[in-house]
Amino acid sequence: MNENEALYNKAIRLSQICNACRYCEGFCAVFPAMEKRREFHIKDADYLANLCHQCGECLYACQYAPPHEFDLDVPRDFAAVRKESYKKFATPKFLGVAFEKAGLLTSILLLIVLAAFLALGSGNLGKDAAGNFYEITSYKTMVGMFGFFAAISFLMILVSCFKFTSHIDFKGVKFVDFIGALKDALSLKHLGGHNYEGCTFPNGEDRSNLRRYFHHFTFYGFMLCVGATSVAAFYDHFLSYHAPYPFFSVPKLLGTVGGIALAIGCTGLFAMKLKADPDLLDAKSLNIDYALIFMLFLSAISGLLLMIFRDSAALAYLLILHLSAILSFFIIAPYSKMMHLFYRYLALVKNAKECRTHA
Amino acid sequence: MGEINCDILVIGGGNAALCAAISAKENGADVVMLESSPKAWRGGNSQHTRNLRSMHYGPTDVLTDTYSEDEFFEDIYKVTKGQTNEEFARYVIKNTPEVVKWAKSHGVRFQGSFGGTLQLGRTNAFFLGGGKSLVNSYYKEAKKMGIKVLYEHEALSLDIQKEYIGVKVKDHANAQILNFKADACVIASGGFESNLDKLQEAWGKPAKNFLIRGTKFNQGKMLFALKDAGAKIIGDPTQGHMVAIDARAPKYDGGIASRVDCVSLGIVVNKEAKRFYDEGEDFWPKRYAIWGRLVASQEDQIGYSITDHKVLKRYMPPLFEPVVANSLDELADKMGLDAAALRKTVDEYNAGVVEGKFDHTVLDDCHTEGLEVNKTHWAQKIDTPPFYCYPLRPGVTFTYLGVKVTKEAAVVMENGEVCKNLFAAGEIMAGNILSQGYCAGFGMSIGSVFGRIAGREAAKSREQK
Ligand SMILES: Cc1cc2nc3c(=O)[nH]c(=O)nc-3n(C[C@H](O)[C@H](O)[C@H](O)COP(=O)(O)OP(=O)(O)OC[C@H]3O[C@@H](n4cnc5c(N)ncnc54)[C@H](O)[C@@H]3O)c2cc1C
Ligand code: SF4
Ligand code: SF4
Repeated sequence: MNENEALYNKAIRLSQICNACRYCEGFCAVFPAMEKRREFHIKDADYLANLCHQCGECLYACQYAPPHEFDLDVPRDFAAVRKESYKKFATPKFLGVAFEKAGLLTSILLLIVLAAFLALGSGNLGKDAAGNFYEITSYKTMVGMFGFFAAISFLMILVSCFKFTSHIDFKGVKFVDFIGALKDALSLKHLGGHNYEGCTFPNGEDRSNLRRYFHHFTFYGFMLCVGATSVAAFYDHFLSYHAPYPFFSVPKLLGTVGGIALAIGCTGLFAMKLKADPDLLDAKSLNIDYALIFMLFLSAISGLLLMIFRDSAALAYLLILHLSAILSFFIIAPYSKMMHLFYRYLALVKNAKECRTHA
Repeated sequence: MGEINCDILVIGGGNAALCAAISAKENGADVVMLESSPKAWRGGNSQHTRNLRSMHYGPTDVLTDTYSEDEFFEDIYKVTKGQTNEEFARYVIKNTPEVVKWAKSHGVRFQGSFGGTLQLGRTNAFFLGGGKSLVNSYYKEAKKMGIKVLYEHEALSLDIQKEYIGVKVKDHANAQILNFKADACVIASGGFESNLDKLQEAWGKPAKNFLIRGTKFNQGKMLFALKDAGAKIIGDPTQGHMVAIDARAPKYDGGIASRVDCVSLGIVVNKEAKRFYDEGEDFWPKRYAIWGRLVASQEDQIGYSITDHKVLKRYMPPLFEPVVANSLDELADKMGLDAAALRKTVDEYNAGVVEGKFDHTVLDDCHTEGLEVNKTHWAQKIDTPPFYCYPLRPGVTFTYLGVKVTKEAAVVMENGEVCKNLFAAGEIMAGNILSQGYCAGFGMSIGSVFGRIAGREAAKSREQK
């Protein structure tokens, strides 16, 4: 039996045990979703695993948790299946291997991109750009490269999402389910635990909403940064209002606030993961978590530094670092933990549909 | 070897012990608690529970509708066939609403009153995450309050004196014997259901084939120590709560998931492939509690619950996959039964079925006629392959043999004397209220009510000194 099969068998067995037990039904969406089934197949495991956010409540509550011979560890085993699902639906499929060596591949990619930028900008590094980015890397290069890779990434993510939905089965899903799931996702409702008391992540001790807050910082920080870039692109393209922008401008403010939030969020999530009870985690999935956190953090920090030291000689180097981080992030996105954003949302959509039709 | 002195010693680590320890601490005493299991297995049978039965007037945040004291008592009266101590039972019942509140104030969380899967939302308050979650909350609270918990410390014997209670304790982690001397002691160490030798003494050979649904740490050491020390032991050692569970469940700690829920939907045969009891006698709670004893009285303590495809979706999904076959012969073969005998039993049964309007939610009119053992409800022919079989074994939940106590939870001696400094709570004294039969959720009610009282009285007993 290869590892993959063993993994799914374990998840299916686990679901059967939980479904016969049902003690945890009050914790999160996973258990009520199990209760809507009698049989479990690989597609159910993929769906349920992406609905779980590894809070750990059910592990500590489980009468069959290790050392019990059933060795039932929902957060750990579902994390393993989650990673497997990212791998399985990667487009093109062979790039799924990136999930196995996330840390290494991300670093290599980053280095290559860095080297490329350095080569491109080598002639201009010494220039006094006076805060003007385009003196270092031309406007055309920037837009061309980013546009190209972003478009490819976007397409790959789209295809992967499509594969995922047809696998977990979206029959009967309606527009309202997308809206319902969007609310759950934007509020991170399920990270709030029972009655919004939070959960005991990372170590089974006191219950708190800390993880939810850090996740909010990360997500909304990221969105603000995306917003900043979009507004800047709009200014540039349609208003012929070109960078550099003053501090009190929309793109600058969005980017600053977003960058700070993103950095805080990533640091917090990273620290919590480090402190987490090893029983909660699937050791083999950790590298994808850390790789994404690192890339987001690097993008945020290099952006902030760039803003602060824009008028110094470090501009060129910081700019290249920042651009490399962002570009690498874009390229690796479809093969990184970033996919959890999409799969989890889609799992929530399916869940919304099931709750609606089973009511 | 030195002595370890303490105010209050609580022996046990399940719900009753935790309630006693917290309550003793609340009443001003310093408390040491001894749990014989390692930390990972703490919580005794309580870690396997799901809910607590509680009376209430009008819906609450965790219970629907109304469940009056009288109705609650009637339920107890019915399952015990009148063999209950009304005064004690009503005392527990009256205290249940208070106990739910108290549990919440010490961190226990309950599920909202949206019904739950077992349709017991009216009578039983469900712990969020089940019993392990509950004991975790209490342990956390105990730590916060400064109660000292010693794991892998098993109490072995008792020395009951007017001034103190002496307890010999085995510290398994360090392989040493310790002597504790406490002003007062609460024993909440459960029954003796995990002690296979003692079960065998009571039941004879059949006990070999029993499975224990709960912890392996309820060895009954304290129960027998109480007896040796002259306390009054009540009840019959063969009485307890025994249900039919999947024969493939582990010897210990199979817990709730090993129950088999489809008995009333088909037939149950023994090793001879013969039916032996009316599978359609009554609804789940009652049926559930009698089948363990029924299977225990069959040869080799094994039964086979057989159903067909028609009813597959009508029972709770089981822990283990059923054995599936496309013909009865094949099924018999897979289960090691005599094929001709099984065919004969099923043919006779099918011939006896008087068709009616099948409805699993009421005592319907589908029954059999003319059989030696008739099925009185939900009888449908077994004729639609594939056929399914779940092997059944007796699963012991807990034993009722216990120590006599007063309403203040004080231990009563053989000579009628009441101990001023020795108390008991939970399963070890549940026999004061239950002598046979069982009502889901009442075990935790008894343990919580008496645990609290025992802790409080133990603390009070010091002040009187
Ligand atoms: C599978 C299952 C499901 C159940 N479901 C329910 C339910 O939903 N609702 C309900 O009300 N009841 C239920 N019960 C019954 C319930 O578990 C008991 O009534 C209740 O747990 C008794 O609590 P207790 O504290 O007296 O004993 P336990 O919880 O069994 O605790 C006894 C403790 O004493 C320790 N111990 C034993 N001997 C010694 C010693 N010599 N020294 C030190 N420590 C010792 C044990 O390790 C254990 O921690 C269920 C039982 C089982 C097995
Ligand atoms: S995690 Fe454990 S306690 Fe919770 S439902 Fe599953 S089997 Fe039951
Ligand atoms: S780890 Fe948390 S989110 Fe995942 S199944 Fe358990 S309780 Fe639900």
